[in-house]
Amino acid sequence: MLAYLVKRVFQAIAVMLVISLVGFAIQDNLGDPLRELVGQSVSEEVRQQLRDELGLNDSFFRQYSRFLGNALQGDLGTSYFFKEPALDVILKKLPATLELVLGATLIIVGFSVPLGVYTAIKPNALLSRLIMGVSIVGISIPVFLTAILMIFVFSVELNLLPSYGRGDVVTVFGNWDTNFATLDGWAHILLPSLALASIMLPLFVRLIRAEMMEVLQSEYVKYAKAKGIRPYRIYFVHALKNTLLPVITVGGVQIGTMVAYTILTETVFQWPGMGFMFLEAVNRVDTPLIVAYLIVVGFIFVLTNTVVDLIYGLVNPTVNLARMGA
Amino acid sequence: MTMTTNPAKASRWSRIWNSNMGYSFRRNPVAVVSLAIFVFITAMALLAPIIAPFNPYDPAQIDIMNSEFPPVWIDGSDAQFVFGTDDQGRDLWSTILYGTRLSLLIGLCAVMLQAFLGISIGLIAGYVGGRLDSLLMRMADIQLSFSTLMVAIIFLAVTQAMFGSETFNQYAIYFLIAVIGVAEWPQYARTVRATVLAEKKKEYVDSARVLGFGPLRIMVRHILPNSLSPIFVISTVQVANAIISEASLSFLGLGMPPSQPSLGSLISSGFDYIFSGSWWITAIPGVLLVVLVLVINLLGDWMRDVLNPKLYKG
Repeated sequence: MLAYLVKRVFQAIAVMLVISLVGFAIQDNLGDPLRELVGQSVSEEVRQQLRDELGLNDSFFRQYSRFLGNALQGDLGTSYFFKEPALDVILKKLPATLELVLGATLIIVGFSVPLGVYTAIKPNALLSRLIMGVSIVGISIPVFLTAILMIFVFSVELNLLPSYGRGDVVTVFGNWDTNFATLDGWAHILLPSLALASIMLPLFVRLIRAEMMEVLQSEYVKYAKAKGIRPYRIYFVHALKNTLLPVITVGGVQIGTMVAYTILTETVFQWPGMGFMFLEAVNRVDTPLIVAYLIVVGFIFVLTNTVVDLIYGLVNPTVNLARMGA
Repeated sequence: MTMTTNPAKASRWSRIWNSNMGYSFRRNPVAVVSLAIFVFITAMALLAPIIAPFNPYDPAQIDIMNSEFPPVWIDGSDAQFVFGTDDQGRDLWSTILYGTRLSLLIGLCAVMLQAFLGISIGLIAGYVGGRLDSLLMRMADIQLSFSTLMVAIIFLAVTQAMFGSETFNQYAIYFLIAVIGVAEWPQYARTVRATVLAEKKKEYVDSARVLGFGPLRIMVRHILPNSLSPIFVISTVQVANAIISEASLSFLGLGMPPSQPSLGSLISSGFDYIFSGSWWITAIPGVLLVVLVLVINLLGDWMRDVLNPKLYKG
């Protein structure tokens, strides 16, 4: 186990190094930091002198190691637009995005387990077929279209729920703005979370159904039935437990994917999160912010994947750790 | 898969028709309808220059005074624009036809690129084995752990910022194909590798090797044809995903420009007008996009049911 852990952590570090290299390459080639500092009206001589002072004429390797050293200390440059450290700008937007992901996760967990279990237990029931039919339609609708449809129905036509922004947020734990403290906040987060959940929910219903159907064929479930244990105890205690392992693995990886989809929902609902900020940064060619976003998001992906892999290795006794680490 | 009593006489078409797959296709109304709709949409898209009443790329045929006409069944419409017009005064029907063409073209080309990369890498990894195999599969794991959409968004955003939108818009179609194509290769590589590992041990591969055929010939001519069924199943799902990815990227303004819209960019330009009541610019291309992706997914589902050997067990 220890060897596996060490190898997995080394792989994560290697991937982060590659991401930082990409980030540095972007920073090196996109935009001109000098122009952002002093504008156009400075003579060429002063420009060269400044370039020397800022270390922009150093070798690639020296510049990269300086970039890496700063990044390790949490300094990812200063945003051209906000005139603040890029990491601070992102961390201020992070709660909005994470709460969106949290809301969507709650919806997915709350609905996918009962629906998946039901369709597995009664595969031929009318309701099961309906659920499976709706799920394939759900997979086929792009997340931004679901979001637009929801805005059109609930905001424009019915005028029930707000269509943009976060509404009333309450600051908790120092600097975390939460939507879950006021009714207005709940109203604002409902549609974006539903839209975000709509893309993942069908996938999870189908996954739970497939895994559950396989488990229900197994010997120990047949034995439990023969022993006379009540069906619901078999389904929800005995079978579901063994269904959830692969589901959690896939789920962990999908958290990273959800961060990507937040860009789409945040754009449609003008949700002031990281994704919305990233697209604005791209339009303003705010290079430090783009690079910082790349590194923060890359870190989220690498972290979730590594943790999921480690948990999987820890929980599942059939995984051959030696082979996986090879 | 294709089994007939006298293959010498039967034409290729009747062999497909009489195969297991052909039989299950005829018995499955969902699959038949899906294929019919898919063929219909593809044909319309291919014939766009002939069918479309206007050419949305020709500025001479666009008049801004015609903008935001509703479809003909609503009051205040203009009879020459069946589905109304978009914000720039283009005929929506013609623009949709040309847009579908672009969406399909990008989706299919991206999947061909994925398939080419993935199959080559999968064949090599499975056939050669050893260190190369573990290196390639480790790369596939890492690539898979990053969401395609995320990689594509960041790549296209940086490219756009670097080249400026003028140049970017000109080459947007190539960037889209390249990024969707490259980001998803592990899907193919993993499956192909797994089947190669299973096929490699079989006697026909040994006999081919004894006959003195080179590894390239054995991989492409002997092993590959026996790995085709999972490739087909993956391909349908991948085409659907690629079309959705393209639409999402175009919606974010990182794909096809408004002057040459795909379905995604049309929906995006319509979204700005949804609050003012011009719902059709978003809704009509949206419905078409969903139908297109849905029929491809339904075909993929059917194909997985037919080709998945796991199901024969139960």
